[in-house]
Amino acid sequence: MNSEATMHSITNLLAEYAGLLDEDRLEEWLGLFAEEATYQVIPRENVARNLPASIILCTNKKMIRDRTVSLREANLYNLHYDRHFVSAIRVNVDGDGVYSVRANYAVYQTTIEGSSKLFSVGAYHDRVKMVGDRLLFIQKQVIVDTSSIPTLLATPL
Amino acid sequence: MSEQSGLIPNHPGMPGVRWPRNDYSRVPYQLYHDPDVYRLEQERIFKGPTWSYVGLEVEIPNPGDFITTFIGETPIILSRGEDNSVYAVVNRCGHRGSIVRRENYGNAKEHICIYHRWCFALDGKLMGVPFERGLKGKGGMDKDFDKSEHGLRKLRVESFSGVLFATFSDATESLADYLGPVFQGHFTRLFAKPVRVLGYQRQRIYGNWKFYMENQRDTYHGSLLHEFQAVFGLSRVTQEGGNKMDVHHRHNLTWARSKTDDDKEFAELYKENKVHEEQLKLEDPEIIKNKREFEDGITLAICGIFPNATVHQISNSLAVRQLRMTGPGEFELYWTLFGYVDDSEEMTNHRLLQANMVGPAGLISMEDGEAIELAHKATGSDQDAYSVIEMGGHGAIPDFIDHRVNDTPCRGFWAYYSQLMGCEPEGAVR
Repeated sequence: MNSEATMHSITNLLAEYAGLLDEDRLEEWLGLFAEEATYQVIPRENVARNLPASIILCTNKKMIRDRTVSLREANLYNLHYDRHFVSAIRVNVDGDGVYSVRANYAVYQTTIEGSSKLFSVGAYHDRVKMVGDRLLFIQKQVIVDTSSIPTLLATPL
Repeated sequence: MSEQSGLIPNHPGMPGVRWPRNDYSRVPYQLYHDPDVYRLEQERIFKGPTWSYVGLEVEIPNPGDFITTFIGETPIILSRGEDNSVYAVVNRCGHRGSIVRRENYGNAKEHICIYHRWCFALDGKLMGVPFERGLKGKGGMDKDFDKSEHGLRKLRVESFSGVLFATFSDATESLADYLGPVFQGHFTRLFAKPVRVLGYQRQRIYGNWKFYMENQRDTYHGSLLHEFQAVFGLSRVTQEGGNKMDVHHRHNLTWARSKTDDDKEFAELYKENKVHEEQLKLEDPEIIKNKREFEDGITLAICGIFPNATVHQISNSLAVRQLRMTGPGEFELYWTLFGYVDDSEEMTNHRLLQANMVGPAGLISMEDGEAIELAHKATGSDQDAYSVIEMGGHGAIPDFIDHRVNDTPCRGFWAYYSQLMGCEPEGAVR
């Protein structure tokens, strides 16, 4: 893949990630992760202090799947819609078809009464790789600047 | 304040409270919303004869280390002095009232306000005032200005098993007495070994702080609001459990003992419990596995310490939750997750994985934020109406309860709260 095509594919992957979450298509969103993928949401203040505790930590795709099933079947949370906004990306070629990707994100939440507010802002530190002819996440690390989470965090950032 | 209105005369300054019953089984919504009640809580509870959790000794291990924290809504600096003693001072400049120490943590020889550079020692003493004597004989403070009167207010600090508490009041009993034997025992159990902070979580909840203190004492809601365990076939009906309170019923320990301690038993139980075809199964159940580490086999211990802390053990997830307030309708929960210094790498990773169950995104805790906001939103418009706290019966409050189908410790909370606030109903049942 030439670099322009790579940038295009990675940009598309992040757009797909955001779009599927905003459309509440969690099961399809799960399909963007490779089997060995990790998903982590960690407060920026823990990263800054070199402290390992996360807000969400899934060390393989099974755990990411378990969380989506839990959201569907078990957890009760604020009724809302999400809108993800993802910035332009910075890409580093790691080799063997693996790329490190960084982007900023903002997620707005809208209540079912129609009032919206900024829910979370931060950065994605991702790693993606080609699996067959598809680009998939092998790492999604969400570093949350808004570490004082308003109310609760249910739907993925 | 007439008898016909049912209004009980209160402590001066306390708004009248219309208690429908004298055993705290009915709580008027006014107490969650009235701004006058909130202001008095800061004075009578948080600055009253109580010990508030402020941090862990391990967060300030070296001389000069400090963290900034809160008691109620009052900002506090917690520092370790050169002599290794711990100082808690109000983080508010003796000059114009500004926040002095802005950082969350650090190491310093003194605390300097940025506004006019007043400089305070770690114990709060005012050390230096720039231009105190003026410049070239002009300006400056009057000669009778006494620096010793304008330091940062110093609080009493005590440590129990490495857990630090502070109090504004000289009248507060010793921390050990304040905890009482049950909670001394629990702290000794949980903090028997040196701890290591694994990280912090914060959750900002738009509701009154007392809804959360009740939530922590309400054993009834656990399996009903937090469906994670039931949905994934982990409801353990055979578990022993109950509540323990101190003689004042101000603190509460909700506990449960699991019979499933080792991996084999766990696997069998997990299989057995999947009795219904429709029941779901975790693809990776590692996060809910308990690795036995306490002799007593207790796997759930939610320990609410009046007025501002909860210490939890949920399997191998350990944390202190501190309540930091910003008004009658908003507070932050500040979760300090910890493990032990001698944990293996495997155990540390296990605790980090089990953090998935707790905090703002916790699989068995996220619902609390929503539940509290729902209660807060609907109760403000009718403050004479009241909540019902009667699961587990009414009347006298017992110290020990041997089941978990109760919310009795909530009544204990209100009983002690009302004594401090001076708003007890006539013939109060404690």
